[in-house]
Amino acid sequence: MKKQKTKTLRGLLLGGGFVAVAAFLFTGCPSQQGMMDTGDAAQKVYVAPGEHDEYYGFFSGGYSGQLSVWGLPSSRLLKVIPVFSQDPETGYGYSEETKPLFETSYGFIPWDDSHHPHISQTDGDADGRWIFINANNTPRIARIDLETFETKEILELPNTGGNHASSFVTSNTEYVIGGTRFSIPYETDLDVPIDSYSDEFRGALSFIAVDQETGMMDLDFQIVVPPYNYDLGRAGKGPSADWVFFTTYNTEEAHTMLEVNASRNDKDFIAAVNWRKAAELVEQGHGETISAEYYHNYYEGKQGYAINDVKDQVTILDTREIDDEFIYYLPTPKSPHGVDIDPTGEFIVGGGKLATVIPVHSFSNMLQAIEDGEIEEYIDGIPVLNYDATIAGEVENPGLGPLHTEFDGRGYAYTSVYISSEIVKWSLETFEVVDRIDAYYSIGHLMITGGDTVDPDAQYMIGLTKTAKDRYLPTGPKQNHPAQLYDISGDRMELLLDFPTIGEPHYAQAIRADKIVDQVAQIYEMEENDHPHALLRIADNRVEREGNTVHIYMGATRSHFRPDNIEGIKVGDTVYIHLTNLEQEWDVVHGVAIKGANNAEILPAPGQTKTLKWEPTRTGIYPFYCTAFCSALHQEMQGYIRVSAEDSDVDLAWRTGTN
Amino acid sequence: MSFLKLVSRFVLLSTLLFALQACGGDDSDQRSAQTETEEPGLTEFELEHGIGPITERIEVDDEIDQELVTQGRNIYEMKCEMCHNMEGRMVGPELGNVMERRSAEFVMNFILNPSGMTNNHPVGQELLQEYMTSMPFQNVKEDEARAIVEFLRDYNQNN
Ligand code: HEC
Ligand SMILES: [Cu+2]
Repeated sequence: MKKQKTKTLRGLLLGGGFVAVAAFLFTGCPSQQGMMDTGDAAQKVYVAPGEHDEYYGFFSGGYSGQLSVWGLPSSRLLKVIPVFSQDPETGYGYSEETKPLFETSYGFIPWDDSHHPHISQTDGDADGRWIFINANNTPRIARIDLETFETKEILELPNTGGNHASSFVTSNTEYVIGGTRFSIPYETDLDVPIDSYSDEFRGALSFIAVDQETGMMDLDFQIVVPPYNYDLGRAGKGPSADWVFFTTYNTEEAHTMLEVNASRNDKDFIAAVNWRKAAELVEQGHGETISAEYYHNYYEGKQGYAINDVKDQVTILDTREIDDEFIYYLPTPKSPHGVDIDPTGEFIVGGGKLATVIPVHSFSNMLQAIEDGEIEEYIDGIPVLNYDATIAGEVENPGLGPLHTEFDGRGYAYTSVYISSEIVKWSLETFEVVDRIDAYYSIGHLMITGGDTVDPDAQYMIGLTKTAKDRYLPTGPKQNHPAQLYDISGDRMELLLDFPTIGEPHYAQAIRADKIVDQVAQIYEMEENDHPHALLRIADNRVEREGNTVHIYMGATRSHFRPDNIEGIKVGDTVYIHLTNLEQEWDVVHGVAIKGANNAEILPAPGQTKTLKWEPTRTGIYPFYCTAFCSALHQEMQGYIRVSAEDSDVDLAWRTGTN
Repeated sequence: MSFLKLVSRFVLLSTLLFALQACGGDDSDQRSAQTETEEPGLTEFELEHGIGPITERIEVDDEIDQELVTQGRNIYEMKCEMCHNMEGRMVGPELGNVMERRSAEFVMNFILNPSGMTNNHPVGQELLQEYMTSMPFQNVKEDEARAIVEFLRDYNQNN
């Protein structure tokens, strides 16, 4: 296989020069300063037609529930990967194969809210095997493989309300973490007064083990913690690789009007969890098994129908019951949002949302404080460490509402600041702000290329902002959420591009394209098609009836379906059209749409089998056709299905090619 | 913009144009044996035996290898039969007699490099004009193409 051509920096600069010169030649020089800036920025994001970007960017969809894929630096949309919501573009969530992915202990959920994508890691660096993302509302984690760019698995998390502190991986993807934003009662369906909060409600921190071969997830254990809100999490790296860190707010244990009631304490906590020790405790039998209903949905083979594996128990570690210490609270001002670990694994940066400083803890100070017994108090068996013992520095004057921090590996950290709508760059040595730049408008997360790993190649930074207002041509009362691309390779941050995105990206990840291009699949190989209803030899195309259920084994090639004339279907039948795309050429898709089908359409990729369920309610002639422009004779790619009355004696028959 | 900067931009531009001309060529990423050539003049071998990964005559025994035939039939049924009939035209030409028209190498190159053949080979160009559908590369490996040839030879001899 040949290597994809990856854009070189030189090519970028040359290409950009072209634009700059062209702009000058055609439009003249509008203003000295503006021309310079725009020209420089334009050349930095210019990727010539046919050339490829340097990075894949993965942006969460927020309330769209999906994950969008962007080329960086051009910031061109490459694809939207459907994850937690039905997708009319691909038939995801409509086809029989993918519907089971949406099953939960609450039934079929067609639309959720996706927040934090995280690429699998090896030795603390993104490795591009998989990307995980959390569903926030009905708590789940999905795994997308980066060969097909498709969602392959979804795991529900019990005892969790709002899986927000998720889906971050540990340094070698031993675990993906989940953390409950709402504390709720552990007992399933427990009906208690809301004001029994402090007694009945508890928090859950979830540790999902990942099979290194297959990527398959398994909820290994949950830690039962005090009823706070667990907001975000991050694994340590290097020396802190055995630890994960969660922010908490609402240590006030408010259950109403949190805006006011959960903002009283000057400090909340960062919870530092020694996951390796916790896992050992579980292995040694210190956990307790409790009943819990949750779904694990995945594919058993390369193709076929996702299955629902319904789990009925989970292992918990309750800090009130276990003597060994494996979790510590670090007091942190004030309602901290993000918790981010620098590339060396030493600094634990809290996004003190309501604080006037950015608090930076030291991991080695923390270990020392534990050893020296610098403990203020115990909460449900969890030692609260002394603030002065763990803190390494406080960044003064960070702006209003610091949220999230990433790193450039050159000694600087970059923190998004929501209320004052800016990004501040500060030194990990002096803890002083060295640069700041505006964000348009109200920035949430930011992301630096590799900025959460041990080895950032900090070329670009993306700011994910919450409102567009006047930034683009107006498109009505609700506008798409913006993102800004910055160049951070120099001393000062430089804004390159401002572009609308899809949904509401909360967090994003980026990986160098050359790390994954070679693994990206171009087809589903027919030889490996293990779908139980695949059509692997065109001669086997057929229609089978079992009572009221009819299976149509249909093949699609440019430019016909086989069979394309079907009779003997009856009102009241449940018809499954299993369409196999028999092409083996990259990017040649076929679809099928049937008049009146209430379940949309399907669109199998080359070599893929997809199933459309159709329940005709009226007699008549039903045309069907290929929805993808697959060839010059695409408009000829069509057929007819005859539907007869329930009691008719029309025989089942199928034909192709004999008029 | 200062004069100096302007000059440097023009230098950049000419470098760019030069670089662009230096680029070009084929960087298609079909993960296949496809090797589209753009040479207008074909060699005698190519005219006779097609353009593609098969660049010299291969050994073909008079005797038919039945094991290869079975392997070839299986691949044919999975990857070819939806477009071809043994007797009579369908999406593509009839193949029951193709071994009378073409050499083993030609057929293999057609299977392994269909777009190269229909773009650059006079026979392929003519076929495309007649059938108006591009035969796809069906992810067939070289030894599998050889097996298909054996299957087509066997059919031809027995029908
Ligand atoms: C999507 C339909 C399609 C598929 C699948 C397909 N072909 Fe073809 N084939 C064609 C068409 C159409 C042509 C005529 C050339 C063109 O238009 O591309 C052709 C031409 C040929 C020729 C040249 C015939 C001649 O007279 O020289 C051979 C040989 C051939 N195909 C073999 C195969 C084999 C073997 C396979 C399976 C590996 C296959 N084809 C799969 C459509 C197809
Ligand atoms: Cu089609």
